[in-house]
Amino acid sequence: MVKEVLTGLATDLRGAVRDLLPIVLVVGFFQILVLRAPLPNLDGILVGSIGVVLGLALFIRGLDMGLFPIGEAMAHGLARRGSIVWLVIFAFTLGFSTTVAEPALIAIADEAAAVRAADGALAATAGSQASYALGLRLTVALSVGAALVVGVVRIIKGWPIQYFIIGGYIGVLILTLFAPHDIIGIAYDSGGVTTSTVTVPLATALGVGLATAIKGRNPMIDGFGLIAFASLTPMMFVMAYGIFV
Amino acid sequence: MSDVGAMLLEILRDTVLAIMPIGLLLVFFQTVIIRRRLPDIRRILVGFALIIAGMVLFLAGLGEALFPLGRLMAAQLTDPAFVGGLGPDGTAQWQSYGWVYVFGGLIGFATTIAEPALIAVSMKAAVVSGGTINAWGLRLVVAVGVAIGISLGCFRIVTGTSLPAYIIVGYVFVSLQAFRAPRTILALAFDTGGVTTSTVTVPLVTALGLGLAGSIPGRSPLVDGFGLIAFASLFPIMTVMGYAQLGEWRTRNKQASPTQEV
Repeated sequence: MVKEVLTGLATDLRGAVRDLLPIVLVVGFFQILVLRAPLPNLDGILVGSIGVVLGLALFIRGLDMGLFPIGEAMAHGLARRGSIVWLVIFAFTLGFSTTVAEPALIAIADEAAAVRAADGALAATAGSQASYALGLRLTVALSVGAALVVGVVRIIKGWPIQYFIIGGYIGVLILTLFAPHDIIGIAYDSGGVTTSTVTVPLATALGVGLATAIKGRNPMIDGFGLIAFASLTPMMFVMAYGIFV
Repeated sequence: MSDVGAMLLEILRDTVLAIMPIGLLLVFFQTVIIRRRLPDIRRILVGFALIIAGMVLFLAGLGEALFPLGRLMAAQLTDPAFVGGLGPDGTAQWQSYGWVYVFGGLIGFATTIAEPALIAVSMKAAVVSGGTINAWGLRLVVAVGVAIGISLGCFRIVTGTSLPAYIIVGYVFVSLQAFRAPRTILALAFDTGGVTTSTVTVPLVTALGLGLAGSIPGRSPLVDGFGLIAFASLFPIMTVMGYAQLGEWRTRNKQASPTQEV
Protein backbone atom coordinates (compact mmCIF):
# COMPACT_ATOMS: atom_id res chain seq x y z
CA MET A 1 0.00 0.00 0.00
CA VAL A 2 2.91 2.31 0.76
CA LYS A 3 4.19 1.46 -2.69
CA GLU A 4 0.81 2.35 -4.21
CA VAL A 5 0.85 5.76 -2.52
CA LEU A 6 4.39 6.51 -3.61
CA THR A 7 4.24 5.34 -7.23
CA GLY A 8 1.11 7.35 -7.94
CA LEU A 9 2.45 10.37 -6.12
CA ALA A 10 5.02 11.30 -8.77
CA THR A 11 2.31 11.60 -11.45
CA ASP A 12 -0.01 13.38 -9.03
CA LEU A 13 2.70 15.89 -8.13
CA ARG A 14 3.31 16.70 -11.79
CA GLY A 15 -0.44 17.19 -12.27
CA ALA A 16 -0.64 19.42 -9.20
CA VAL A 17 2.18 21.65 -10.46
CA ARG A 18 0.28 22.01 -13.74
CA ASP A 19 -2.92 22.85 -11.83
CA LEU A 20 -1.28 25.56 -9.76
CA LEU A 21 0.74 27.10 -12.60
CA PRO A 22 -2.09 29.27 -14.04
CA ILE A 23 -2.63 31.04 -10.69
CA VAL A 24 1.09 31.74 -10.35
CA LEU A 25 1.26 33.08 -13.92
CA VAL A 26 -1.81 35.33 -13.55
CA VAL A 27 -0.68 36.73 -10.20
CA GLY A 28 2.89 37.22 -11.47
CA PHE A 29 1.73 38.89 -14.70
CA PHE A 30 -0.48 41.41 -12.93
CA GLN A 31 1.92 42.11 -10.11
CA ILE A 32 4.96 42.71 -12.31
CA LEU A 33 3.58 44.03 -15.62
CA VAL A 34 0.30 45.73 -14.75
CA LEU A 35 0.68 46.97 -11.19
CA ARG A 36 4.50 47.18 -11.61
CA ALA A 37 5.18 46.26 -8.02
CA PRO A 38 7.68 43.69 -6.75
CA LEU A 39 6.31 40.45 -5.32
CA PRO A 40 6.08 40.90 -1.56
CA ASN A 41 7.02 38.03 0.78
CA LEU A 42 8.61 35.85 -1.92
CA ASP A 43 9.70 33.15 0.58
CA GLY A 44 6.16 32.81 1.90
CA ILE A 45 4.79 32.46 -1.62
CA LEU A 46 7.29 29.73 -2.50
CA VAL A 47 6.68 27.75 0.71
CA GLY A 48 2.92 28.20 0.32
CA SER A 49 3.00 27.02 -3.29
CA ILE A 50 4.88 23.87 -2.29
CA GLY A 51 2.18 23.28 0.34
CA VAL A 52 -0.57 23.70 -2.26
CA VAL A 53 1.08 21.33 -4.74
CA LEU A 54 1.78 18.63 -2.11
CA GLY A 55 -1.70 19.02 -0.63
CA LEU A 56 -3.43 18.72 -4.00
CA ALA A 57 -1.44 15.60 -4.89
CA LEU A 58 -2.24 13.91 -1.55
CA PHE A 59 -5.92 14.89 -1.84
CA ILE A 60 -6.25 13.31 -5.30
CA ARG A 61 -4.52 10.09 -4.16
CA GLY A 62 -6.90 10.06 -1.17
CA LEU A 63 -9.91 10.43 -3.48
CA ASP A 64 -8.92 7.32 -5.40
CA MET A 65 -8.11 5.26 -2.30
CA GLY A 66 -10.73 6.43 0.20
CA LEU A 67 -13.59 8.69 -0.82
CA PHE A 68 -14.53 7.23 -4.22
CA PRO A 69 -14.42 3.55 -3.14
CA ILE A 70 -16.45 4.14 0.01
CA GLY A 71 -19.02 6.26 -1.82
CA GLU A 72 -19.51 3.52 -4.37
CA ALA A 73 -19.48 0.73 -1.77
CA MET A 74 -22.24 2.56 0.12
CA ALA A 75 -24.28 3.07 -3.06
CA HIS A 76 -23.98 -0.61 -4.00
CA GLY A 77 -24.67 -1.76 -0.45
CA LEU A 78 -27.80 0.37 -0.16
CA ALA A 79 -29.01 -0.57 -3.63
CA ARG A 80 -28.46 -4.28 -2.92
CA ARG A 81 -30.39 -3.98 0.32
CA GLY A 82 -33.25 -2.68 -1.81
CA SER A 83 -34.57 -0.28 0.80
CA ILE A 84 -35.51 3.08 -0.68
CA VAL A 85 -36.28 4.40 2.82
CA TRP A 86 -32.70 3.93 4.04
CA LEU A 87 -31.32 5.32 0.81
CA VAL A 88 -33.44 8.45 1.23
CA ILE A 89 -32.43 8.80 4.89
CA PHE A 90 -28.78 8.44 3.89
CA ALA A 91 -29.08 11.08 1.15
CA PHE A 92 -30.87 13.52 3.45
CA THR A 93 -28.39 13.10 6.31
CA LEU A 94 -25.45 13.47 3.93
CA GLY A 95 -26.82 16.75 2.55
CA PHE A 96 -27.92 18.18 5.90
CA SER A 97 -24.89 17.25 8.02
CA THR A 98 -22.28 18.44 5.53
CA THR A 99 -24.04 21.73 4.84
CA VAL A 100 -25.02 22.91 8.30
CA ALA A 101 -21.38 23.37 9.40
CA GLU A 102 -20.06 24.56 6.02
CA PRO A 103 -17.88 27.68 6.64
CA ALA A 104 -18.99 29.36 3.39
CA LEU A 105 -22.63 29.01 4.42
CA ILE A 106 -21.93 30.42 7.89
CA ALA A 107 -20.34 33.48 6.25
CA ILE A 108 -23.29 33.91 3.86
CA ALA A 109 -25.86 33.60 6.66
CA ASP A 110 -24.08 36.24 8.76
CA GLU A 111 -23.96 38.60 5.77
CA ALA A 112 -27.66 38.10 5.05
CA ALA A 113 -28.46 38.93 8.68
CA ALA A 114 -26.32 42.09 8.48
CA VAL A 115 -28.10 43.18 5.28
CA ARG A 116 -31.51 42.64 6.81
CA ALA A 117 -30.49 44.58 9.93
CA ALA A 118 -29.21 47.48 7.78
CA ASP A 119 -32.61 47.43 6.05
CA GLY A 120 -34.40 47.84 9.34
CA ALA A 121 -36.23 44.56 8.73
CA LEU A 122 -34.43 43.06 11.69
CA ALA A 123 -33.65 44.50 15.11
CA ALA A 124 -30.04 45.68 15.04
CA THR A 125 -29.04 43.63 18.07
CA ALA A 126 -26.44 40.89 17.97
CA GLY A 127 -28.94 38.41 19.39
CA SER A 128 -31.63 38.84 16.75
CA GLN A 129 -29.02 38.75 13.96
CA ALA A 130 -27.48 35.56 15.34
CA SER A 131 -30.85 33.79 15.57
CA TYR A 132 -31.75 34.97 12.05
CA ALA A 133 -28.44 33.60 10.72
CA LEU A 134 -28.86 30.28 12.53
CA GLY A 135 -32.40 29.88 11.19
CA LEU A 136 -31.14 30.58 7.70
CA ARG A 137 -28.35 28.00 8.04
CA LEU A 138 -30.79 25.33 9.20
CA THR A 139 -33.15 26.20 6.33
CA VAL A 140 -30.41 25.91 3.71
CA ALA A 141 -29.09 22.67 5.22
CA LEU A 142 -32.64 21.26 5.09
CA SER A 143 -32.87 22.37 1.47
CA VAL A 144 -29.63 20.61 0.52
CA GLY A 145 -30.82 17.45 2.29
CA ALA A 146 -34.11 17.66 0.40
CA ALA A 147 -32.23 18.27 -2.87
CA LEU A 148 -30.17 15.08 -2.45
CA VAL A 149 -33.35 13.12 -1.65
CA VAL A 150 -35.04 14.36 -4.83
CA GLY A 151 -31.82 13.68 -6.76
CA VAL A 152 -31.57 10.09 -5.48
CA VAL A 153 -35.23 9.40 -6.26
CA ARG A 154 -34.65 10.81 -9.75
CA ILE A 155 -31.73 8.40 -10.26
CA ILE A 156 -33.83 5.44 -9.07
CA LYS A 157 -36.73 6.36 -11.35
CA GLY A 158 -34.56 7.51 -14.26
CA TRP A 159 -36.44 10.77 -14.77
CA PRO A 160 -34.80 13.27 -17.17
CA ILE A 161 -32.90 15.96 -15.28
CA GLN A 162 -33.65 19.00 -17.43
CA TYR A 163 -37.30 19.32 -16.33
CA PHE A 164 -36.23 19.47 -12.69
CA ILE A 165 -33.60 22.11 -13.38
CA ILE A 166 -35.92 24.23 -15.51
CA GLY A 167 -38.62 23.89 -12.84
CA GLY A 168 -36.07 25.07 -10.28
CA TYR A 169 -35.13 28.05 -12.49
CA ILE A 170 -38.81 29.03 -12.70
CA GLY A 171 -39.03 28.76 -8.90
CA VAL A 172 -35.96 31.02 -8.54
CA LEU A 173 -37.47 33.60 -10.91
CA ILE A 174 -40.84 33.69 -9.13
CA LEU A 175 -39.18 34.07 -5.72
CA THR A 176 -36.96 36.86 -7.13
CA LEU A 177 -40.11 38.92 -7.79
CA PHE A 178 -41.14 38.80 -4.14
CA ALA A 179 -37.83 38.57 -2.28
CA PRO A 180 -36.45 41.62 -0.44
CA HIS A 181 -34.26 43.42 -2.98
CA ASP A 182 -31.11 43.37 -0.86
CA ILE A 183 -31.05 39.65 -0.31
CA ILE A 184 -31.19 38.60 -3.98
CA GLY A 185 -27.43 38.85 -4.63
CA ILE A 186 -26.56 36.83 -1.53
CA ALA A 187 -29.22 34.24 -2.39
CA TYR A 188 -27.91 33.79 -5.95
CA ASP A 189 -24.36 33.36 -4.66
CA SER A 190 -25.40 30.87 -1.98
CA GLY A 191 -26.14 28.25 -4.65
CA GLY A 192 -22.51 27.90 -5.66
CA VAL A 193 -20.88 27.80 -2.26
CA THR A 194 -22.82 25.26 -0.25
CA THR A 195 -21.27 22.13 -1.75
CA SER A 196 -17.90 21.47 -0.18
CA THR A 197 -14.73 19.77 -1.37
CA VAL A 198 -15.51 16.55 0.51
CA THR A 199 -19.26 16.47 -0.22
CA VAL A 200 -18.82 16.75 -3.99
CA PRO A 201 -16.71 13.59 -4.53
CA LEU A 202 -18.89 11.60 -2.12
CA ALA A 203 -22.18 12.71 -3.72
CA THR A 204 -20.75 12.04 -7.19
CA ALA A 205 -19.59 8.55 -6.20
CA LEU A 206 -22.99 7.89 -4.62
CA GLY A 207 -24.91 8.98 -7.73
CA VAL A 208 -22.70 7.14 -10.18
CA GLY A 209 -22.61 4.06 -7.93
CA LEU A 210 -26.42 4.00 -7.72
CA ALA A 211 -26.86 4.42 -11.47
CA THR A 212 -24.39 1.57 -12.03
CA ALA A 213 -26.06 -0.74 -9.49
CA ILE A 214 -29.64 -0.20 -10.68
CA LYS A 215 -30.52 -2.10 -13.83
CA GLY A 216 -31.48 0.02 -16.81
CA ARG A 217 -29.81 3.22 -15.58
CA ASN A 218 -26.99 4.83 -17.49
CA PRO A 219 -24.31 6.20 -15.11
CA MET A 220 -23.58 9.07 -17.50
CA ILE A 221 -27.20 10.19 -18.01
CA ASP A 222 -28.57 9.31 -14.56
CA GLY A 223 -25.55 9.21 -12.26
CA PHE A 224 -24.61 12.87 -12.24
CA GLY A 225 -26.92 15.70 -11.18
CA LEU A 226 -26.93 15.45 -7.37
CA ILE A 227 -24.67 18.50 -7.06
CA ALA A 228 -26.83 20.40 -9.55
CA PHE A 229 -29.87 19.98 -7.29
CA ALA A 230 -27.86 20.82 -4.19
CA SER A 231 -26.74 24.12 -5.72
CA LEU A 232 -30.22 25.12 -6.92
CA THR A 233 -32.34 24.69 -3.79
CA PRO A 234 -30.29 27.04 -1.51
CA MET A 235 -31.05 29.95 -3.88
CA MET A 236 -34.78 29.37 -3.46
CA PHE A 237 -34.65 28.76 0.28
CA VAL A 238 -32.53 31.83 1.07
CA MET A 239 -35.02 34.04 -0.82
CA ALA A 240 -38.06 32.32 0.72
CA TYR A 241 -36.48 32.77 4.15
CA GLY A 242 -36.04 36.48 3.37
CA ILE A 243 -39.72 36.76 2.41
CA PHE A 244 -41.24 34.91 5.33
CA VAL A 245 -38.89 35.60 8.26
CA MET B 1 8.12 28.46 13.15
CA SER B 2 5.74 27.91 16.08
CA ASP B 3 3.29 30.22 14.30
CA VAL B 4 3.23 27.86 11.35
CA GLY B 5 2.71 24.91 13.67
CA ALA B 6 -0.19 26.63 15.42
CA MET B 7 -1.76 27.55 12.07
CA LEU B 8 -1.44 23.99 10.77
CA LEU B 9 -3.01 22.64 13.96
CA GLU B 10 -5.91 25.07 13.66
CA ILE B 11 -6.57 24.12 10.02
CA LEU B 12 -6.24 20.44 10.96
CA ARG B 13 -8.87 20.89 13.68
CA ASP B 14 -11.27 22.68 11.27
CA THR B 15 -10.77 20.04 8.57
CA VAL B 16 -11.33 17.15 10.95
CA LEU B 17 -14.44 18.86 12.34
CA ALA B 18 -15.75 19.36 8.80
CA ILE B 19 -15.16 15.72 7.85
CA MET B 20 -16.44 14.29 11.14
CA PRO B 21 -20.19 14.30 10.30
CA ILE B 22 -19.48 12.46 7.04
CA GLY B 23 -17.27 9.96 8.82
CA LEU B 24 -19.89 9.26 11.51
CA LEU B 25 -22.59 8.91 8.85
CA LEU B 26 -20.51 6.45 6.83
CA VAL B 27 -19.59 4.39 9.90
CA PHE B 28 -23.22 4.27 11.10
CA PHE B 29 -24.63 3.15 7.75
CA GLN B 30 -21.83 0.71 7.11
CA THR B 31 -22.07 -1.03 10.48
CA VAL B 32 -25.78 -0.73 11.34
CA ILE B 33 -27.65 -0.68 8.02
CA ILE B 34 -25.53 -2.32 5.35
CA ARG B 35 -23.69 -4.71 7.69
CA ARG B 36 -21.29 -5.85 5.03
CA ARG B 37 -17.53 -5.69 5.41
CA LEU B 38 -15.84 -3.09 3.28
CA PRO B 39 -13.61 -4.62 0.61
CA ASP B 40 -10.37 -3.05 1.80
CA ILE B 41 -10.86 -1.08 4.98
CA ARG B 42 -7.17 -0.28 5.55
CA ARG B 43 -6.83 1.21 2.09
CA ILE B 44 -9.89 3.42 2.66
CA LEU B 45 -8.57 4.64 6.02
CA VAL B 46 -5.22 5.52 4.43
CA GLY B 47 -7.18 7.34 1.72
CA PHE B 48 -9.04 9.40 4.32
CA ALA B 49 -5.78 10.23 6.10
CA LEU B 50 -4.33 11.40 2.77
CA ILE B 51 -7.41 13.55 2.13
CA ILE B 52 -7.14 15.24 5.51
CA ALA B 53 -3.38 15.77 5.19
CA GLY B 54 -3.86 17.03 1.62
CA MET B 55 -6.56 19.51 2.57
CA VAL B 56 -4.53 20.87 5.49
CA LEU B 57 -1.43 21.47 3.34
CA PHE B 58 -3.54 22.84 0.48
CA LEU B 59 -5.49 25.30 2.64
CA ALA B 60 -2.41 26.35 4.61
CA GLY B 61 -0.48 26.97 1.39
CA LEU B 62 -3.28 29.00 -0.15
CA GLY B 63 -3.87 31.01 3.01
CA GLU B 64 -0.18 31.67 3.49
CA ALA B 65 0.84 32.50 -0.06
CA LEU B 66 -1.80 33.10 -2.64
CA PHE B 67 -4.88 34.50 -0.92
CA PRO B 68 -3.22 37.55 0.69
CA LEU B 69 -1.59 38.46 -2.63
CA GLY B 70 -4.77 37.89 -4.63
CA ARG B 71 -6.81 40.00 -2.24
CA LEU B 72 -4.22 42.75 -2.30
CA MET B 73 -4.23 42.73 -6.11
CA ALA B 74 -8.02 42.84 -6.27
CA ALA B 75 -7.92 45.88 -3.98
CA GLN B 76 -5.17 47.59 -6.02
CA LEU B 77 -6.81 46.96 -9.39
CA THR B 78 -10.15 48.38 -8.23
CA ASP B 79 -8.59 51.36 -6.48
CA PRO B 80 -9.83 54.59 -8.13
CA ALA B 81 -6.24 55.90 -8.05
CA PHE B 82 -5.18 53.04 -10.35
CA VAL B 83 -8.32 52.93 -12.50
CA GLY B 84 -8.92 56.67 -12.80
CA GLY B 85 -12.33 55.59 -13.98
CA LEU B 86 -14.52 58.36 -12.66
CA GLY B 87 -16.16 60.62 -15.22
CA PRO B 88 -16.61 64.40 -14.87
CA ASP B 89 -19.86 63.87 -12.98
CA GLY B 90 -18.16 61.51 -10.50
CA THR B 91 -19.73 58.32 -11.82
CA ALA B 92 -17.83 55.21 -12.84
CA GLN B 93 -17.16 54.73 -16.56
CA TRP B 94 -17.15 51.10 -17.50
CA GLN B 95 -14.54 51.48 -20.25
CA SER B 96 -11.83 52.40 -17.73
CA TYR B 97 -12.10 49.09 -15.89
CA GLY B 98 -10.52 47.01 -18.67
CA TRP B 99 -7.82 45.49 -16.43
CA VAL B 100 -10.47 44.50 -13.91
CA TYR B 101 -12.37 42.45 -16.51
CA VAL B 102 -9.13 40.84 -17.70
CA PHE B 103 -8.00 40.07 -14.15
CA GLY B 104 -11.44 38.72 -13.21
CA GLY B 105 -11.51 36.43 -16.22
CA LEU B 106 -7.94 35.16 -15.84
CA ILE B 107 -8.10 34.62 -12.08
CA GLY B 108 -11.45 32.85 -12.52
CA PHE B 109 -9.88 30.55 -15.11
CA ALA B 110 -6.77 29.91 -13.02
CA THR B 111 -8.56 29.19 -9.74
CA THR B 112 -11.04 26.85 -11.44
CA ILE B 113 -8.19 24.74 -12.84
CA ALA B 114 -6.90 24.26 -9.27
CA GLU B 115 -10.34 23.52 -7.75
CA PRO B 116 -10.20 20.07 -6.04
CA ALA B 117 -13.98 19.44 -6.28
CA LEU B 118 -13.88 19.95 -10.05
CA ILE B 119 -10.87 17.63 -10.35
CA ALA B 120 -12.88 14.96 -8.51
CA VAL B 121 -15.93 15.29 -10.76
CA SER B 122 -13.92 15.29 -13.99
CA MET B 123 -11.93 12.20 -12.87
CA LYS B 124 -15.25 10.43 -12.33
CA ALA B 125 -16.71 11.70 -15.62
CA ALA B 126 -13.68 10.41 -17.56
CA VAL B 127 -14.05 6.93 -16.04
CA VAL B 128 -17.85 6.77 -16.41
CA SER B 129 -17.85 7.96 -20.02
CA GLY B 130 -15.28 5.30 -20.89
CA GLY B 131 -12.78 7.94 -22.00
CA THR B 132 -15.13 9.83 -24.32
CA ILE B 133 -14.81 12.76 -21.95
CA ASN B 134 -11.26 13.85 -21.30
CA ALA B 135 -10.80 14.97 -17.66
CA TRP B 136 -8.35 17.76 -18.49
CA GLY B 137 -10.45 18.96 -21.45
CA LEU B 138 -13.58 19.13 -19.31
CA ARG B 139 -11.75 21.22 -16.73
CA LEU B 140 -10.51 23.62 -19.41
CA VAL B 141 -14.03 24.06 -20.82
CA VAL B 142 -15.44 24.68 -17.33
CA ALA B 143 -12.64 27.16 -16.57
CA VAL B 144 -13.41 29.10 -19.76
CA GLY B 145 -17.05 29.30 -18.63
CA VAL B 146 -16.02 30.64 -15.23
CA ALA B 147 -13.71 33.19 -16.89
CA ILE B 148 -16.55 34.52 -19.08
CA GLY B 149 -18.89 34.57 -16.09
CA ILE B 150 -16.55 36.52 -13.79
CA SER B 151 -15.64 39.07 -16.49
CA LEU B 152 -19.30 39.72 -17.24
CA GLY B 153 -20.08 39.81 -13.53
CA CYS B 154 -17.41 42.51 -13.01
CA PHE B 155 -18.92 44.49 -15.88
CA ARG B 156 -22.31 44.22 -14.18
CA ILE B 157 -20.96 45.53 -10.87
CA VAL B 158 -19.23 48.47 -12.60
CA THR B 159 -22.31 49.42 -14.62
CA GLY B 160 -24.67 48.74 -11.73
CA THR B 161 -27.13 46.89 -13.97
CA SER B 162 -29.70 44.48 -12.55
CA LEU B 163 -28.39 41.08 -11.42
CA PRO B 164 -31.72 39.19 -11.89
CA ALA B 165 -31.93 40.47 -15.49
CA TYR B 166 -28.63 38.79 -16.42
CA ILE B 167 -29.47 35.61 -14.56
CA ILE B 168 -32.93 35.36 -16.18
CA VAL B 169 -31.45 35.69 -19.68
CA GLY B 170 -28.87 33.06 -18.69
CA TYR B 171 -31.56 30.69 -17.42
CA VAL B 172 -33.61 31.03 -20.60
CA PHE B 173 -30.49 30.36 -22.69
CA VAL B 174 -29.48 27.30 -20.61
CA SER B 175 -33.05 25.93 -20.75
CA LEU B 176 -33.21 26.22 -24.55
CA GLN B 177 -29.71 24.76 -24.88
CA ALA B 178 -30.71 21.79 -22.68
CA PHE B 179 -33.22 20.68 -25.31
CA ARG B 180 -30.62 20.73 -28.09
CA ALA B 181 -27.56 19.33 -26.29
CA PRO B 182 -26.71 15.59 -26.29
CA ARG B 183 -28.62 13.85 -23.49
CA THR B 184 -25.53 12.23 -22.03
CA ILE B 185 -23.92 15.57 -21.12
CA LEU B 186 -26.90 17.27 -19.40
CA ALA B 187 -26.54 15.99 -15.83
CA LEU B 188 -22.77 16.51 -15.85
CA ALA B 189 -23.14 20.02 -17.29
CA PHE B 190 -25.58 21.03 -14.54
CA ASP B 191 -23.25 19.53 -11.93
CA THR B 192 -20.28 21.57 -13.09
CA GLY B 193 -22.22 24.73 -12.21
CA GLY B 194 -22.08 23.81 -8.55
CA VAL B 195 -18.53 22.50 -8.31
CA THR B 196 -16.61 25.30 -9.99
CA THR B 197 -16.90 27.69 -7.11
CA SER B 198 -15.36 26.22 -4.01
CA THR B 199 -12.27 26.37 -1.81
CA VAL B 200 -9.99 28.29 -4.17
CA THR B 201 -12.32 30.43 -6.25
CA VAL B 202 -14.78 31.80 -3.69
CA PRO B 203 -12.38 33.74 -1.42
CA LEU B 204 -10.56 35.45 -4.29
CA VAL B 205 -13.66 36.22 -6.33
CA THR B 206 -15.56 37.53 -3.30
CA ALA B 207 -12.63 39.85 -2.54
CA LEU B 208 -12.75 41.13 -6.11
CA GLY B 209 -16.51 41.79 -5.98
CA LEU B 210 -16.41 43.51 -2.60
CA GLY B 211 -13.37 45.62 -3.61
CA LEU B 212 -15.06 46.66 -6.85
CA ALA B 213 -18.38 47.56 -5.25
CA GLY B 214 -16.62 49.40 -2.43
CA SER B 215 -14.53 51.60 -4.75
CA ILE B 216 -17.37 52.80 -7.00
CA PRO B 217 -19.34 55.78 -5.70
CA GLY B 218 -22.92 54.99 -4.74
CA ARG B 219 -22.44 51.22 -4.55
CA SER B 220 -22.69 49.31 -1.33
CA PRO B 221 -20.36 46.30 -0.97
CA LEU B 222 -23.00 44.54 1.09
CA VAL B 223 -25.62 44.72 -1.66
CA ASP B 224 -23.81 45.19 -5.00
CA GLY B 225 -20.69 43.17 -4.20
CA PHE B 226 -22.48 39.86 -4.61
CA GLY B 227 -23.45 38.02 -7.76
CA LEU B 228 -20.02 37.01 -9.13
CA ILE B 229 -20.38 33.45 -7.78
CA ALA B 230 -23.82 33.21 -9.43
CA PHE B 231 -22.25 34.16 -12.79
CA ALA B 232 -19.41 31.70 -12.22
CA SER B 233 -21.92 28.89 -11.57
CA LEU B 234 -24.09 29.67 -14.60
CA PHE B 235 -21.65 30.04 -17.50
CA PRO B 236 -19.83 26.69 -17.16
CA ILE B 237 -23.21 24.97 -17.74
CA MET B 238 -23.38 26.77 -21.10
CA THR B 239 -19.78 26.10 -22.13
CA VAL B 240 -19.94 22.39 -21.20
CA MET B 241 -23.18 21.87 -23.16
CA GLY B 242 -21.81 23.97 -26.00
CA TYR B 243 -18.62 21.89 -26.10
CA ALA B 244 -20.68 18.67 -26.30
CA GLN B 245 -22.82 20.17 -29.07
CA LEU B 246 -19.69 21.14 -30.97
CA GLY B 247 -18.31 17.61 -30.64
CA GLU B 248 -21.57 16.11 -31.87
CA TRP B 249 -21.71 18.50 -34.80
CA ARG B 250 -18.14 17.65 -35.80
CA THR B 251 -18.76 13.90 -35.70
CA ARG B 252 -21.83 14.40 -37.86
CA ASN B 253 -19.81 16.36 -40.40
CA LYS B 254 -17.08 13.73 -40.35
CA GLN B 255 -19.64 11.01 -41.01
CA ALA B 256 -21.13 13.05 -43.85
CA SER B 257 -17.85 13.89 -45.64
CA PRO B 258 -16.51 10.39 -46.63
CA THR B 259 -19.47 9.93 -49.01
CA GLN B 260 -18.12 12.85 -51.02
CA GLU B 261 -14.65 11.34 -51.19
CA VAL B 262 -16.06 8.09 -52.53
